[in-house]
Amino acid sequence: MTETSAPTPQPSPILDRHEALGAKIVEFAGWLMPIQYGGIIDEHRAVRSAAGLFDLSHMGELVIEGSDAGAALAAALITDPPALAVGRAQYSMICNEDGGIIDDLIVYRLAETRFMVVANASNARVVSDALAARIAGFQAVLDDRSLATGLVAIQGPKAGAMLQPLASVDLAGIKYYGITEGVVAGLPVLIARTGYTGEDGYEVFVDVDKTGVLWDAMIAAGRPDGLVPVGLGARDTLRLEAGMPLYGNELGLDTNPFEASLGRTVKLGKPGPFTGRAALEKASRDGVARRLVGLALRERGIARHGYPVLTGGVPTGVVTSGTQSPTLGQAIAMAYVPTAQADPGTMVAVEIRGAPVAAEVVPLPFYKRPA
Amino acid sequence: MVPGDLRYTSDHEWVRVEGDEVVIGITQFAADQLGDIVFVELPATGKALKAHATFGVVESVKAVSDLFAPIGGEVVGNNDALATSPELVNSDPYGEGWMLRLRPADAAEINALLDAAAYEQVVAEG
Repeated sequence: MTETSAPTPQPSPILDRHEALGAKIVEFAGWLMPIQYGGIIDEHRAVRSAAGLFDLSHMGELVIEGSDAGAALAAALITDPPALAVGRAQYSMICNEDGGIIDDLIVYRLAETRFMVVANASNARVVSDALAARIAGFQAVLDDRSLATGLVAIQGPKAGAMLQPLASVDLAGIKYYGITEGVVAGLPVLIARTGYTGEDGYEVFVDVDKTGVLWDAMIAAGRPDGLVPVGLGARDTLRLEAGMPLYGNELGLDTNPFEASLGRTVKLGKPGPFTGRAALEKASRDGVARRLVGLALRERGIARHGYPVLTGGVPTGVVTSGTQSPTLGQAIAMAYVPTAQADPGTMVAVEIRGAPVAAEVVPLPFYKRPA
Repeated sequence: MVPGDLRYTSDHEWVRVEGDEVVIGITQFAADQLGDIVFVELPATGKALKAHATFGVVESVKAVSDLFAPIGGEVVGNNDALATSPELVNSDPYGEGWMLRLRPADAAEINALLDAAAYEQVVAEG
């Protein structure tokens, strides 16, 4: 029997740009991606004060097209994509029959009969396979464009001002969670006003072969005003401050949207069956035993993924993500706790190296950008 | 180039002899590998440490790393500046970023540590 080795990771289409910038490259979700350039904290702060440029070419882009495309997605996902106007997007999830989360997604409506589903890099293949199976009975086809698509995001208060000189469309006119076709740096692109940092910004989808041209143009346009390249390390601290879940930490097959405090994402009122409907109706009716909450550490220590949460000295929950918040200057975390402990103001403890450290349940997000 | 007057371990700690005490920290290489350091946990004065035992942790944004005692002895001081300014370990690991002051239990253990050249070899060999 031959020994199978782990598949070699896929390099980002612009790995050479990151290497030239001195990035630390890591393997992530089967890809070689930059985790940091100058330092996670500096990159994080740059996004909050100016803007950061992110290579997100590892994400999955699945285009579903056909006269039944909307209905097919309504049956496959927990949201109601047919309710989207053309040029609008929604946060969504694909669940299994038990209501467990296979992935969290953004669904963009590109046309009456064409949608783009953006999946996490770690789940792109699984989501593609599941969606293809679920739309089989409908007049709709799935085209997995993941490897053919590059994605560069610019996020921060100066993002729009930096991108506008390169863009053919009025960026301020794209509403939050909107998407439009346009031209950036002479390249045909999709520009979406979405992001994963809690700042204003734009995600620009381009033919993979042109990712380098796009990156170079955006970096050059923004550098003079403080645009910096930002890696996956700061992407994680930014989204955590913004209270956004990460699949694999907050979300997984063993969590349902109601436990994840994302019950509003589940559109039980839409007509027709969808995968997971019965289980999710039950969860909505009966309630859930545990809830995802934000924690602010009130004594010295940093809570990390996997650390127990204690109530009355006894483990009752678990930390899903945690870090020292660069913006807030304190340790923050997301955790699953018993529903009875989920109200803001509840005091719990996080077990750090065998000792209980006091923490308070706080509302999410930890950080909201200034209006 | 690491300071020539210090001794080192293959766990990337440095030791500076100051009379009958030693000062301990981590090297620039270790600090660079860790990235931005956000938290350092050190033992209290009076604690007895055995060589190679963990004596605390250094945390970067993304990870928690154990600190190992290069030699055994009694803790006679630790750098409380690191409680408010852990980034000193990144910016000045051999100076302001020092971690621990120890009274060695056995001076012979110091001689067993790596010199600068040997430590550079460890780093080079990855």
